[in-house]
Amino acid sequence: MKKGKFKNFRKEILHNKGAFFSLVFLILIIFTSILIGFYDGDPDAINISNMLAKPSAQHWFGTDELGRDYLIRIIYGGRVSLTVGVLAMLTSIIIGTTAGISAGYFGGNIDSFIMRLSDIFSAVPWIIMVTVVSLLIKKGIFSIVLVIGMFSWMEIARLVRAETLTLKQRDYIQYADFIGTSPWEIMRSHIVPSVLPTIITAATTAVADAIMTESAMSFLGIGVQAPMASWGSLLQNAQANLDNAFHMAVIPGVLIILTICSFNNLGNVFRAVAEPGSRAGESNG
Amino acid sequence: MLKYIIKRILTAIPLIFVITFICFFLIYIAPYDAVDAMVSPKMTKQEIEAKKEQAGLNDPFYVQYGKWLNNLCHGEWGYSLTSGTNIRQDLKTRIPNTIKLVLPSYFTAFFLSIILGLIAGSNQNRRIDRIIDAVSSVGIAVPTFWLALMTMYVFGYRFKMFPLMGMQTIGKEKSFIDFMHHFVMPYVVLTIGFLPELVRYVRSSTISEFKEDYVLIQKSFGSSKAKILLNHVSKNVMLPMVTKLGMALPMLVTGAIITETIFAWPGVGTYYMKAIRTLDYPIVMNILVLSGTLVILGNLLADVLYCLVDPRIRITE
Repeated sequence: MKKGKFKNFRKEILHNKGAFFSLVFLILIIFTSILIGFYDGDPDAINISNMLAKPSAQHWFGTDELGRDYLIRIIYGGRVSLTVGVLAMLTSIIIGTTAGISAGYFGGNIDSFIMRLSDIFSAVPWIIMVTVVSLLIKKGIFSIVLVIGMFSWMEIARLVRAETLTLKQRDYIQYADFIGTSPWEIMRSHIVPSVLPTIITAATTAVADAIMTESAMSFLGIGVQAPMASWGSLLQNAQANLDNAFHMAVIPGVLIILTICSFNNLGNVFRAVAEPGSRAGESNG
Repeated sequence: MLKYIIKRILTAIPLIFVITFICFFLIYIAPYDAVDAMVSPKMTKQEIEAKKEQAGLNDPFYVQYGKWLNNLCHGEWGYSLTSGTNIRQDLKTRIPNTIKLVLPSYFTAFFLSIILGLIAGSNQNRRIDRIIDAVSSVGIAVPTFWLALMTMYVFGYRFKMFPLMGMQTIGKEKSFIDFMHHFVMPYVVLTIGFLPELVRYVRSSTISEFKEDYVLIQKSFGSSKAKILLNHVSKNVMLPMVTKLGMALPMLVTGAIITETIFAWPGVGTYYMKAIRTLDYPIVMNILVLSGTLVILGNLLADVLYCLVDPRIRITE
């Protein structure tokens, strides 16, 4: 079953040009982010004599307002954006899966409590919530991850809960319950593996959303703090120099778009493989 | 149906209370002392303590919450920490500005998305559909603030067609042409920001409507595709869109925070972001309550609207 799905995935990736390029692009970005760790120059090295330079052979992406090489800044920024994206995704997946499975499996009061909680969390627009909570906790990567994770688990919880509800009616789970397997064991060894495809699909979308949220936060100045940079905070700097260094605004934005598009494309492929019925109507453009 | 609506309204009221409670709690635990707003550096410790006592800041949490809620209901929304202005007065001038920007943008996006979504969905997998779908997939990945920067650069800096910020030129407050001149860029950016998600929504519901039995029957009776689309499918696609309208209600206040901030549009968004930056807690708290309440009212409105337009709901509920 697992193998079959993997084979389907490979087939889908090879046949779908958009998805293939998305995968290649993401691998490229991730490898660059890792390999930049071996770069021994200082990404924050300031060179006042060469400020806001246009892209050239020496500085492929030009330099920023303090004469720092923009390519290096962007790679480091991408590293931060991706890290925040993945960690925030993990946070929201963990919260969402736990909440969804508990709500669906135990039902009753636990279910209504969790679902009401998720209603309240979804009630206030994300940008308001995120800004308010960022006031309350110390600024830093960890709190950004936490804030994004805390306010993006509701959709995952809803999906997982729905699936758990139907799984609970299946014979093998009812039997496991009947022979006295503990609820924890049932959830761990039966329910989690069955909802895994849903979780993986949701995870790719969650990374995309988290990167988007992080960039918006950093752009507004409540996310990543200087001297650390992410694609969002690079754009914040770019705004001040929009007139004389247009390249500074274009490049991080294009990278954000490509990254988010790629994650969404992969998500569509996962969805198509996990639930073949949904493929109709999806063209994965 | 009336019973359903009343039931919905009754469940919304406690939720509003929960929201106000959470807002108050969040600001209560915030690392800020409300007395800072009332003291000057010259005051002695005793004076500060007396002020604190007088303002009721030493009362237990629930007493403070009760007083605050009471004030809120009586229109006493407090004063800004940094400028000392009345928050209620501030919002009174700023909310209309935001509405002027968000309402036209949302309606434009709403109608465009219905047209584009129906075109795409009814021509599934043909070229026009592929183009619309691809553009909206990319559109979803475009951060609004980036789009705003690009628009600003091209039309503001390069072609100098539109002013870069603000809503009016000082001295021309009454001029409608001047307003429109400032309005174009944020309006376009916001419309494009709203559009992709709505298009995808309409497209996918159009596709699933075309799979319904009634379409097959219409086809077998020889109706043309255009006729099926206009007379039947479009109606069913538009039904759930009504709920989208209801849920968009809170956007009238908080729908354009990013766009407003970039274009320095004097609406709620810039006001809110400034409050966040200067740690102006009373403003943050009021906007938090306002947007939470609007979300609940918006959901309520969505449910009631849906109930009015779709008879099936009335029977099942």
